[in-house]
Amino acid sequence: MSLFSRLTEKSWETPGGEHVDPAMYRPPAARVGVIVYFGVITVLFGLVSSAYVMRMGMPGMGHGAMGDWRPMPEPPLMWINSFVLLLSSAAWEAARIGARQGRADLMRRALFGAGALGILFLAGQLMLWREFSAAGYYASANPANAFFYLITALHGLHLAGGLFFWVRAVMGLRAGADVRLPIELCAVYWHFLLLVWALMLALLMST
Amino acid sequence: MATVTIADDHTHFYHPKTWIGKYVWSQDHKVIAIQYSLTAIAIGLVALVLSVLMRLQLGFPDTFHFIQPENYLQYVTMHGMIMVVYLLTALLLGGFGNYLIPLMVGARDMVFPYVNMLSYWVYLLAVLVLVASFFVPGGPTGAGWTLYPPQTVLEGTPGHEYGIILMLVSLALFIVGFTMGGLNYVVTVLQARTKGMTLMRMPCSVWGIFVAAIMALLAFPALFVACIMMLLDRIAGTSFFMPMIMSMGKDLGYEGGSPILFQHLFWFFGHPEVYIVALPAFGIVSDLISVHARKNIFGYRMMVWAIVVIGALSFFVWAHHMYVSGMNPYFGFFFATSTLIIAIPTAIKVYNWLLTLWRGNIHLRVPMLFAIAFLFTFIHGGLTGLFLGNVSVDVPLSDTFFVVGHFHMVMGVSPIIVIFGAIYHWYPKITGRMYNEALGQLHFWITFIGVYAIYLPMHYLGFLGVPRRYYALGETAFIPESAHLANQAITIAALIVFAAQAIFFYNMFWSLFRGPKADPNPWGAASLEWQTPDTPPKHGNWGDELPRVYRWAYDYSVPGAARDFIPQNEPHDESARYHRT
Amino acid sequence: MRVAIVIALLVLGSILFHIFSPWWMTPIASNWGSIDNALIITLYICAVAFVGLNLFLAMTLLKYRARPGHKAHYEPENVKLEKQLTLWTGLGIAGMLAPGLIAWNEYVTVPDDAAVIEATGQQWQWGFRFPGPDGVLGTAAVAHMSPDNSFGINPRDPYGRDDILVETNELHMPLGKPVKMVLRSKDVLHDFYVPQFRAKMDLVPGIVTYFWMTPTRTGTFEILCAELCGVGHHQMRGTVVVESQAAFDAWLAEQMTFGQMLAQNEATPTTQLAQADVKPMIGER
Repeated sequence: MSLFSRLTEKSWETPGGEHVDPAMYRPPAARVGVIVYFGVITVLFGLVSSAYVMRMGMPGMGHGAMGDWRPMPEPPLMWINSFVLLLSSAAWEAARIGARQGRADLMRRALFGAGALGILFLAGQLMLWREFSAAGYYASANPANAFFYLITALHGLHLAGGLFFWVRAVMGLRAGADVRLPIELCAVYWHFLLLVWALMLALLMST
Repeated sequence: MATVTIADDHTHFYHPKTWIGKYVWSQDHKVIAIQYSLTAIAIGLVALVLSVLMRLQLGFPDTFHFIQPENYLQYVTMHGMIMVVYLLTALLLGGFGNYLIPLMVGARDMVFPYVNMLSYWVYLLAVLVLVASFFVPGGPTGAGWTLYPPQTVLEGTPGHEYGIILMLVSLALFIVGFTMGGLNYVVTVLQARTKGMTLMRMPCSVWGIFVAAIMALLAFPALFVACIMMLLDRIAGTSFFMPMIMSMGKDLGYEGGSPILFQHLFWFFGHPEVYIVALPAFGIVSDLISVHARKNIFGYRMMVWAIVVIGALSFFVWAHHMYVSGMNPYFGFFFATSTLIIAIPTAIKVYNWLLTLWRGNIHLRVPMLFAIAFLFTFIHGGLTGLFLGNVSVDVPLSDTFFVVGHFHMVMGVSPIIVIFGAIYHWYPKITGRMYNEALGQLHFWITFIGVYAIYLPMHYLGFLGVPRRYYALGETAFIPESAHLANQAITIAALIVFAAQAIFFYNMFWSLFRGPKADPNPWGAASLEWQTPDTPPKHGNWGDELPRVYRWAYDYSVPGAARDFIPQNEPHDESARYHRT
Repeated sequence: MRVAIVIALLVLGSILFHIFSPWWMTPIASNWGSIDNALIITLYICAVAFVGLNLFLAMTLLKYRARPGHKAHYEPENVKLEKQLTLWTGLGIAGMLAPGLIAWNEYVTVPDDAAVIEATGQQWQWGFRFPGPDGVLGTAAVAHMSPDNSFGINPRDPYGRDDILVETNELHMPLGKPVKMVLRSKDVLHDFYVPQFRAKMDLVPGIVTYFWMTPTRTGTFEILCAELCGVGHHQMRGTVVVESQAAFDAWLAEQMTFGQMLAQNEATPTTQLAQADVKPMIGER
């Protein structure tokens, strides 16, 4: 039954029991939760992007182009960090493949690697922050800077949240539990954050 | 085939062993619901007292000298923010959502019980941070609940140093907590419905809370972004919202920011927020009316679709709060149109509530009385919204007492009335005891007539042009002396209504210990939450086996049936011939 | 039974309240009668809905109250009825929206011959500026503000020299001439509102906002700030005096121009001291 037909049925006309157990066709709750949360993240970064564009000075938005916008530089560290994030996603994908194909060794090693690379990414972002503020690009100096810190902070916090679930997956693996679903969900989550990062990077660099 | 549904997965189900595990660090949705409700009501009473102080000042200026412009504005701000966010949203979603959803869909608990528990403690922390703002130097923020920059973070507004920081941090915490809760409500409705409970067999209460939770997940990020940006403007010297300002003779060092950007972000959250409060109320009142009129909710499909459409449309009307903000004036055409369009599904719901009563078998018990009061006050409040939505008509009325009257009717009166009705309605299920009917009726009459006496005259002060958020009207030629009498009358009515709430609390508390033991289903309701094996429901809700659902939630007065209601989990007799449409 | 009667009485009481209460819109003093008309149309359509729906409610409560032997009717839905109701509601909504949007279209279309008056707002007082004989307001910005130049007019802009400055809270306008009020805030959000004119608009620091109106009767009217701007918000008052063209011209001639103010500042040695004090304040972060 399509969603539309399900939401337009005349439920008083069709009493009776359900013959199929919903557990047979429903995806696991955790997966639905992650997908719903993707909606939240999308709105969050979408709004920050709109604010960014508005602040940059689209004419007619009420305040016009302000002469105070000075784009930030693009040091190599930014690209290195992005590459580390990409590798982290790749590792998660490897872990997911290992989980699905029953290759325990691959799954285990990729799992550890994925988390380690995630931590490396966050460390790199902090270094990037330090580099920028040492060079004089404080948050208060310029709106471009302010948005940079805000966007990277929000992205970093979400990644840190993901690392929390990575720790749980590692602990679960150690305890011998079935971690296929957590690994799969973490992988998808990581890929999503990689996509967000790519979009934000494009936004930051386009100015 | 012995299959175990997701809702019945005992491996992840938490079984508490200690008193602390059962009643404090509980993962049981019913306990969490009570925790949310009691916390929300407690902080709501604080906000209610603040409103009494405000009314004392407005009704009798120059009398209460401890109320000065500074603390008056602080009362205004904290009253508003607490009521909208920390009381109404928390009570309707965190309180009623948590209690009702698993019971109404036939689940043992929410799908993420640990996260659910965490969400309450984060909410409590948010409340404590907010309360702390009363005790910091400078006191809480006095910027109005809308917190508009630049004034909010500048000298001239109370609490601009520390109070605002605590407010923003508290809101950020609240949003994190409600994201955790919201994920639970949404995913539980999607994934944990018991066998036979299709989406269109769910009661309207679940639909209202479900759609509101989805909206909350999508709207709160806007407030979160606005709060973080304002926090950075305040503590890191950024200029997201701060243009170049000469304040009290000093250049503050900001440049280029846009106050209107804040307003767009705030109202992108703020408008859906009022529907996040209204939709659960709409859903719940549908159930109150249908149970006590022994009649199915009229036009169930339209009611569900109206909830969905209102929820979706509410994201496209936000700038009707900004008609005179200085935004591009041509936006006014679009937002006036979208705002008035959203009135159409809302009106359909009103018609369907009335048509549910029409040809019903109406029992005027206390929950039904409150449902009727909802209809009367919501019709009024909804109609005054049309004045404000109609862009040019909004121009003279904006920032006057007309707005205050309107939003109190639709937020402070109608949903609170539904909350009272809902508490009376589910009291026997939650506590296993019955409340005192006479006290309930008395509470109803004083509250209903009283709130109308408070808010009807306010609209007329607005027509006159009396501005809102004024500490005192002072000497004005265009405001007649009689307007001051109006303010006095409103204040007296407010004091009476305030005092009368003691009847409600007394009734609730006394009946908890001395009330007669209640029948498990005293109203003869068909929905699933009334069919639990135990009353109050025990941990796990359903005993050894989950219920199976065979029909929708509104089989009342079905021709040919033995009683005037058929519970959702009563098996369907294929041989009986009814349901002719 | 009781509640049905109370509902009906509340409807009646509300109507009587509306008719007899002394609190209604102030007598209009501007051309914005179209706003009042849109409001009245909205009021009547809403009143019909309010009375109709609530009397239906009262009647239903009476007729279908529970009593022995009475049973509810079974009717899950009536799609045809719901469609009809939707249609009529849509028409009612359109009936309200149309005059509202027409009035709004007028509101956003400033007449070409409108004279410009600037109102500046700060915590917690008003100031006003006229463009003077050259018809153009000089550029102004927060960056130019100082105790000697409270309007922040660019001293190097020739158009600003003849701008007429009014530093008191009292504004005069000539009767019958359309006026575009341009609004500038020096610090926080404010709102310029005169109830008798009906029109209002926020003052937003960082940008210039506007609205337009034509005063249609003489008199003295109060300006109220209509956007919370701090503890002095309720005291941020002003007056608008609408008078004949002759009286207005006389009043205008008495006001100081920016050029005169600059000359005055240079002439007085004490002000030079003040200027020396001012500089560190501006650069202070």
